[in-house]
Amino acid sequence: MVRPDATSRARYLFVAVVVGHILLISSQVGSASGPSLLRSAFVGVVTEAQRATWALVGGIRSIWDGYIGLRGVRAQNERLAQENADLKVRLQQERTNARGAEQLRGLLELRPRVPWATTGAEVVAGSASPDFRAVTIDKGLSEGIRRDMPVIAQAGVVGRVALPGGHTATVQLIIDRSAAAAGRIERSRTAGIALGNGDGTLRFEYLSATADVLRGDLVVTAGIDGIYPTGLVLGYVERVERNGPAYRLVTIRPVVDFSALETVLVLVAPTPVWTPPAPVHDERVTR
Amino acid sequence: MTALRAVAFVLAALVLQSVLARAVGSGAMDLGLVAVVSVALLHGRVSGLLAGTLAGLVQDGLGDGVLGMSGLGKSVAGFLTGVAGTQFIVTQTVSRFGVFLGATVVDRALFIGLSVLLGLRRYDRPYVDVAFQGITNAVIGVLLFQAIESLPAARERWRLMLERRQKRRYH
Repeated sequence: MVRPDATSRARYLFVAVVVGHILLISSQVGSASGPSLLRSAFVGVVTEAQRATWALVGGIRSIWDGYIGLRGVRAQNERLAQENADLKVRLQQERTNARGAEQLRGLLELRPRVPWATTGAEVVAGSASPDFRAVTIDKGLSEGIRRDMPVIAQAGVVGRVALPGGHTATVQLIIDRSAAAAGRIERSRTAGIALGNGDGTLRFEYLSATADVLRGDLVVTAGIDGIYPTGLVLGYVERVERNGPAYRLVTIRPVVDFSALETVLVLVAPTPVWTPPAPVHDERVTR
Repeated sequence: MTALRAVAFVLAALVLQSVLARAVGSGAMDLGLVAVVSVALLHGRVSGLLAGTLAGLVQDGLGDGVLGMSGLGKSVAGFLTGVAGTQFIVTQTVSRFGVFLGATVVDRALFIGLSVLLGLRRYDRPYVDVAFQGITNAVIGVLLFQAIESLPAARERWRLMLERRQKRRYH
């Protein structure tokens, strides 16, 4: 029997690896089920390593921040105190507005919004691949985190939980190329789908030709995609290009600074879906 | 031992990529691919192929994509780099730059091509993205190789300096 030489062996191995990858890809494409046990275990192990590395980096950074990099703290403190005072004034104004809105909602006999249960999480790592815009957070299945839970920051939408591990979870950012959310222009109530561009912006698609979109418009979640509740800020319209009556390109600049994410909130309660008011009980019918 | 070192090198590159992406918001480079190409140039096509499989599968596993997409591109890129390393002399800066750039093009072409073919992602300006990442990877790869090559000389200089110090102490 003729034994294959090193070149042939390498070629066979190459073909085997390529075929293996193609089979692996084919087995997953079109599957609607959640992540497999193998993948969850794999993610759990690797993200723990990421968490440990980030803890080490964080330790070094805290030493730097706490002892070495204290220059300019006084000036920063004064600036923050001023900012705090301004925010207090704004908070009072917002409270007044909220009270007014609550009264109006009561008048319209709409149900008051149920506040969502949230859990805070720290971002411990970024994505290991430039193809995926994702971050790893330090909360996972053990803390009640599940797939597709929305993740938000103070400014607005961050993304959704893509792969929950034991004590960590991978969050797909809303700017990822395969991320999407149902959105609405707050001013004109025009609905569309916000899709990630992969370059830090979103594009707003599936708009009607009669839609009213202007540069600077605020875009919020529409709450009809089954993931994000309504009213969360996605970003501002940065660019509007028209081709005749139809919109050719509407670009949204997200409000969240994804490169400076440190803490996020995961909405752990099920997404509250608007339900129509209960039908009026008709006495004549029941009798 | 060499295999273990190569695995550790690839994993370290991926951890560094995730930490850099977290801290700096970097997405324009692929340190995993740089590590794969380096392993292929240093240890040949089979090592490049296996390093590519490892790096790609780890990247796919950590993202929410289809498992094997990055793996396929990186395996092919690693194997072809290893073949190029044995067929041509890749010791000059320009040739190394070209190898890193070429490997990025192969990896990206397979990944983007499959993504578009399967309808998983949309790319508005793939050529610009590929060119930008290719140049970044090539610059990092060339610098990495220069560092690797200067390591033995630096180690020797350090050893001589220590010896000189010891001699001074005794005389």
